[in-house]
Amino acid sequence: MAFTPTPARQAPPTEIGVLGWLHKNLFSSIPNAILTLIAAYISIQGLYWIISWAFINADWVGTSRDDCTSDGACWVFVSVRINQFIYGFYPPVARWRPNLTFALLVGFLIWLAVPQIPYKKLGAILSLTAFPVVAYFLLYGGAFGLPVVPTSRWGGLMLTIVIAVIGIVLAMPIGIALALGRRSDMPAVRLVCTIFIEFWRGVPLITILFMASVMLPLFFSEGVSIDRLVRALIGITLFQSAYMAEVVRGGLQALGKGQYEAADALGLSYWQKMNLVVLPQALKIMIPGIVNTTISLWKDTSLVVIIGLLEVLGQVRQALADPNWLGYPAEGYIFAALTFWVFCFSMSRFSQYLERRLDTGHRN
Amino acid sequence: MTTNENTEYTGPAVEIKGMNKWYGDFHVLKDINLEVGRGERIVICGPSGSGKSTLIRCINRLEEHQEGDIIVDGIPLLNDLKKIHAIRKEVGMVFQHFNLFPHLTVLENCTLAPIWVKKMPKKEAEAIGMKYLERVKIPEQAQKFPGQLSGGQQQRVAIARSLCMSPRIMLFDEPTSALDPEMISEVLDVMVELAREGRTMLCVTHEMGFAKKVADRVIFMDGGDIVEQNEPNEFFNNPQEERTQLFLSQILGH
Repeated sequence: MAFTPTPARQAPPTEIGVLGWLHKNLFSSIPNAILTLIAAYISIQGLYWIISWAFINADWVGTSRDDCTSDGACWVFVSVRINQFIYGFYPPVARWRPNLTFALLVGFLIWLAVPQIPYKKLGAILSLTAFPVVAYFLLYGGAFGLPVVPTSRWGGLMLTIVIAVIGIVLAMPIGIALALGRRSDMPAVRLVCTIFIEFWRGVPLITILFMASVMLPLFFSEGVSIDRLVRALIGITLFQSAYMAEVVRGGLQALGKGQYEAADALGLSYWQKMNLVVLPQALKIMIPGIVNTTISLWKDTSLVVIIGLLEVLGQVRQALADPNWLGYPAEGYIFAALTFWVFCFSMSRFSQYLERRLDTGHRN
Repeated sequence: MTTNENTEYTGPAVEIKGMNKWYGDFHVLKDINLEVGRGERIVICGPSGSGKSTLIRCINRLEEHQEGDIIVDGIPLLNDLKKIHAIRKEVGMVFQHFNLFPHLTVLENCTLAPIWVKKMPKKEAEAIGMKYLERVKIPEQAQKFPGQLSGGQQQRVAIARSLCMSPRIMLFDEPTSALDPEMISEVLDVMVELAREGRTMLCVTHEMGFAKKVADRVIFMDGGDIVEQNEPNEFFNNPQEERTQLFLSQILGH
């Protein structure tokens, strides 16, 4: 007689559905049920207080602090200053320039990120060659009849994005090169890369920014002055590339030796092996690490305040010092925090989406 | 074509003379002398740690030897990247753990080296890839990723991937050791077919049935030495060395 498997039966109701979930996660025992109820009570109370302060009892419209009459949040402070928070002291008539640059940036990101849009290679090439040039002339000016806006007038969210995007984009290739160098067979290359990475990683970013603003000019001849923003960018890029290098090295090491051997055995050259076999896999493993350092850089941009550049947080702090608006630090900091959070959370979600999309069912 | 400069070469496929290898202080391979004839099928067996895998990995320079000469298909194996690449183009390798590229589809795994190493047009490479996937009996899996295949299927893809480079010599490093018992035969069947086509094969394996069926010569290694070598009938029925007899009794005893 042929073998027939025993037919499967349905699981008991305590294991499946909403009831099963509640039973398993919230009310699995009496102490757990009590904890669940206490936690629910505290959460609801807290949530109620936050909603009533931030929304129900808040003031939204007005032009001065006199419009803030209720005892909730005074969002008027933020709405009056919103342009300063976004553009710093960028001339109001020229604000379309950062707006257009940002729109282009978003456009390129969508082009590269949405799988259905074709011509990815063209998009990548344009975004790394044409876009930086266009962005430079749009933001800084000095050509095509656009008046120059010196970087000392840049600020706010716009400055945050400029610093973070440039820092990340430049640090990526440098970091990959450093990581490959640190794993190289050539002792001299390995030594140089290791020293470079350990030096920049061992120094706090604040120190690097100080050095960039105080020491960097000493290396250049008298009369040559480098823009303050450029100096900060050099420091941040080198700092970030050291971190990126270690993330990349982690990814390279996570890859089994067999992948290198298979590529070698097929006769691929070193660069073919790296570009076709190792890096595509290693970069996928590295996504969480890359996004992690990216998010951390995004927030570290606020440190440029110590060399006199005011990004979002710097602008908020400056606005808080305005004698006409004393007493609204909570609103200001919440706005700054939310601004950072929106960007960082988006990056985090995007990285999870990427990981899912690149998953080919392989388990290491 | 430069890659075929040795097509006319009719000497031994592999010549190993007085070869020694150390891992740090550990002497893995001791004065190895081995000549593999063109079209010869060799099975290498021995206990783990005997140096059998290291021996075949020296042939395509996955491991570096310290003393002695290795000449593969007439090309001396020196510390010269050009020579090493020339040899690797002629030598295919199948690994114990398959080592397929998990980020590429099965077909892309097969076409990668022909496209980039042999500079073959993509269409032609895909035709060859499909030809060899049919040879190993899994053309229908061409668009899947390796992670979606069973172990036996993955190993067959790995064999097809090697064959796509039309190697004159094939190395197998314990190709069935990582497979579930049910999948060993599908891989061995493919290997038997390959052996019957007259390609030079060096195969590290414990599949003695395979050795009896196709090998021209069986080599037994222990402790970094070649202890005994003979044609399979003699090797299995009339082993000369005591160490060989012990090994055979252990793996054939039950």
